[in-house]
Amino acid sequence: MTTTTSTSPVLEARGVIMRFGGLTAVRDVDLTVNTGEIVGLIGPNGAGKTTFFNCLTGLYVPTEGKVSYKGKVLPPKPHLVTSAGIARTFQNIRLFANMTVLENVLVGRHTRTKEGLWSALLRGPGFRKAETASRERAMELLEFIGLAHKADHLSRNLPYGEQRKLEIARALASEPGLLLLDEPTAGMNPQETRATEELIFAIRDQGIAVLVIEHDIRFIMNLCDRVAVLVQGEKIVEGPAEVVQADERVIAAYLGTPFEGSPGAEELAEVEAAEATAGDDAESATSKEGTAQ
Amino acid sequence: MATTDNTAEITAPARGLIALPQTAARSLIAVGAVATIASTFMSWTYTADFPGDLTYYGSPAGLQILDLVAGALTLLFALTLFDVRGLRWLNPAGATAPVALAAASAFAVSWFSAIAIAVDLKGLVALDPGAYIAALGSLIALVGALALPSPGDTFKDWVSKPDRIPAAQQIPGWAERLVITGATAVALIVFTYGIGVDPDASETFIGYLLLVVLGTWALQSAGLFDRFAELNARHKGFATSMAFLAAAVFPFVENNEHNANLGVNILVVATVALGLNIVVGLTGLLDLGYVAFLGVGAYAAALVSGSEFSRFSGVQFPFWAAMLTGMAASLVFGVLIGAPTLRLRGDYLAIVTLGFGEIFRISVNNLDGSSGPNLTNGPNGISMIPDLDIFGFNFGNAHDIGSITLGRFANYFLLMLIITGIVVVVFNRAADSRIGRSWIAIREDETAATAMGINGFRVKLIAFALGASLAGLAGTVSAHVGYSVNPAPYQFAGSVPPNSAFLLAAVVLGGMGTVNGPILGATLLYLLPEKLGFLKEYQLFAFGVALVILMRFRPEGIIANRRRQLEFHETDQLDIPEQGLPASTVGVTKAGA
Ligand SMILES: Nc1ncnc2c1ncn2[C@@H]1O[C@H](COP(=O)(O)OP(=O)(O)OP(=O)(O)O)[C@@H](O)[C@H]1O
Ligand SMILES: [Mg+2]
Repeated sequence: MTTTTSTSPVLEARGVIMRFGGLTAVRDVDLTVNTGEIVGLIGPNGAGKTTFFNCLTGLYVPTEGKVSYKGKVLPPKPHLVTSAGIARTFQNIRLFANMTVLENVLVGRHTRTKEGLWSALLRGPGFRKAETASRERAMELLEFIGLAHKADHLSRNLPYGEQRKLEIARALASEPGLLLLDEPTAGMNPQETRATEELIFAIRDQGIAVLVIEHDIRFIMNLCDRVAVLVQGEKIVEGPAEVVQADERVIAAYLGTPFEGSPGAEELAEVEAAEATAGDDAESATSKEGTAQ
Repeated sequence: MATTDNTAEITAPARGLIALPQTAARSLIAVGAVATIASTFMSWTYTADFPGDLTYYGSPAGLQILDLVAGALTLLFALTLFDVRGLRWLNPAGATAPVALAAASAFAVSWFSAIAIAVDLKGLVALDPGAYIAALGSLIALVGALALPSPGDTFKDWVSKPDRIPAAQQIPGWAERLVITGATAVALIVFTYGIGVDPDASETFIGYLLLVVLGTWALQSAGLFDRFAELNARHKGFATSMAFLAAAVFPFVENNEHNANLGVNILVVATVALGLNIVVGLTGLLDLGYVAFLGVGAYAAALVSGSEFSRFSGVQFPFWAAMLTGMAASLVFGVLIGAPTLRLRGDYLAIVTLGFGEIFRISVNNLDGSSGPNLTNGPNGISMIPDLDIFGFNFGNAHDIGSITLGRFANYFLLMLIITGIVVVVFNRAADSRIGRSWIAIREDETAATAMGINGFRVKLIAFALGASLAGLAGTVSAHVGYSVNPAPYQFAGSVPPNSAFLLAAVVLGGMGTVNGPILGATLLYLLPEKLGFLKEYQLFAFGVALVILMRFRPEGIIANRRRQLEFHETDQLDIPEQGLPASTVGVTKAGA
């Protein structure tokens, strides 16, 4: 599809704050995703990226703030968010382990079908029709991500990379307008990562906006129209990928060059130095340490 | 005693085989099996005091019949090793395990009988030559089996299926149906024999258990059960109708009223266990108070049955209306209990349902007019519930069909069978649908399920309500079968079924999420205590031990779920390749990691 300049927002998060007791994991974050866009969300570990996703999808009820999808404010209930049109994947893969690959995708169709218990028990023609249509759509999706030949395998038996792909297919089955991906390439090898890039572009071309969390900067650079950076719960920069990558606050956040109140910069430098001085030394050093203790 | 002996014997050759030429080994098994068979036509003991009366020549009885079957099974499996034409299908892989297990079954039954006779009566003098021949013959067969080529080094190799079993010969469709029919008939005979064992003849029942366990194990290790499952899958409708037909034939072949009553009660608990399986097996909600719904259904039916002890003694609903009343009452209770509790997860839900289950029983106990409003007649319950009458067919009377008389319990058995059939259909259809998939999704990962758009609370409430109304349905019949209802049986745990712990055990032992599992589990759990009367106060202890052993060696239950079977067969795919992150592609490594 064309990356239209008509920038109608799909997702608008305004002033999202998430506190866990004394810890503020997300501080007053605003974020907009427009139609046809791929937006990246990066930040060091513990920055609050996943927590922000959970606030968007209703898994957490934000302490403050509003999330709206295509102009409508979303209630913080996961199933309502999904039926509104936002689908997601999880950082730590959460497939239905003992269901087959096909069944996993069929569960993703839940919000787009409505056969209840009665129609399941009576098995009228409407039920059969809906069921075959669902299966066909699910198989199409499996073909799209290249897992059609494993439709009858248990999802727990798939290799890691395929499990991540299956999570994407399951999310797509809900026919979303916005797809949230939490570290879709974690644990993948270079080829798989590249294939995932292609996959995400193909998804965007179907008119689905994408918001993606990733630690792999090259992946983000290739993929994203716009990148937002979260550090300690705060959005510090947002802009085109190249601009963000060059921003010194971002570099500071990642590399630990001392900036206001950030502790441990010296230790980090020490660690880096130790890493530089080859593996053998390190090995003997740790073994010595071990005996010393 | 006998069983430990034979375990030791089987383990022995794992270290070193009994050195014998193969032909000699095979011949030993065959000779031993023939001797065992022959012995069952002789007297085993000289007094009729031993259960089953094993004193006759020429007509096997009790344990002798079982030993005859075990010997015949051993002989058949031995012949498969001689490449006898027409027997190849019995042991397609020509494996050792089934032969060894069959020989072990004959050995176990013979030695158990001999030892039981000696212990029960006056020692070894009580044994007639027949018993010695049985013991010796089965020992020879076992020694022969142990001299066969070793399938592996461990005990497990001796009792499990070989890795590769040649594909079975193709037979025409009608022949496949014939096989299914034959197998169903055999299953019916085995079941009817077991249920017909005199409750005082526990020795015979133990022999029966030894034979059934080791015998089915032998068939399983020959790969015959897998093959049968294939056939069943190919003729699904036919197989199901055969199973129901066999069940319907049961009251015709078993005309002892007490045993027919056992059959009815087994069907009731099996049906309730199936309903519980929707809640526990499919949706993964641990409900510890489920038996209360059976109670609600039973009480509702009792109240509108026209019994003079009922609060509404003038009211007598026709059966269909009573059935709907029972279901509706349970449904309402299910929703009332489910609505506040299903927002809880895991252990909390279990505790709350346990509480509600007890609240039901205690309330019913107290709604007697003195400590509360009069509704249930308190601990005395509602008795003298009249028999059902459907279109003039009175369930209390015996009816003649041809030359066969169907007694009261046989009538109820057939009615209950129809209800079980309905519940099976409901279970299957619900499980294989959008709603069933969302139940399983919630069982697997509730968070992910809600993130896929499933309204967890709603879907769980549907499962809870459906399970409750199915239990209520079974309850309406059980109230009429038992003539009366009282609060005592509807507790969490007790030595008499049905109670919540019993139902839960039936589901877990049999196999969660399957149809056959809970039915088999309920049957075993109901039948075993009934027939093993000598356990007396140790019944619960034995039950606990059995539970622990089964969960240790077969956590998926006796009948594994299709999913779990897949899990079983595809273990080779479980090894996920170590996918390290090549440094070159990682622009920013996880800081601090
Ligand atoms: N349910 C919770 N209760 C308390 N603290 C939480 C909870 N969830 C997240 N946190 C905290 O919020 C902070 C942000 O965590 P989050 O998982 O969002 O980080 P992230 O940016 O996704 O990190 P990573 O890159 O490692 O995935 C962390 O300090 C974490 O410990
Ligand atoms: Mg995260």
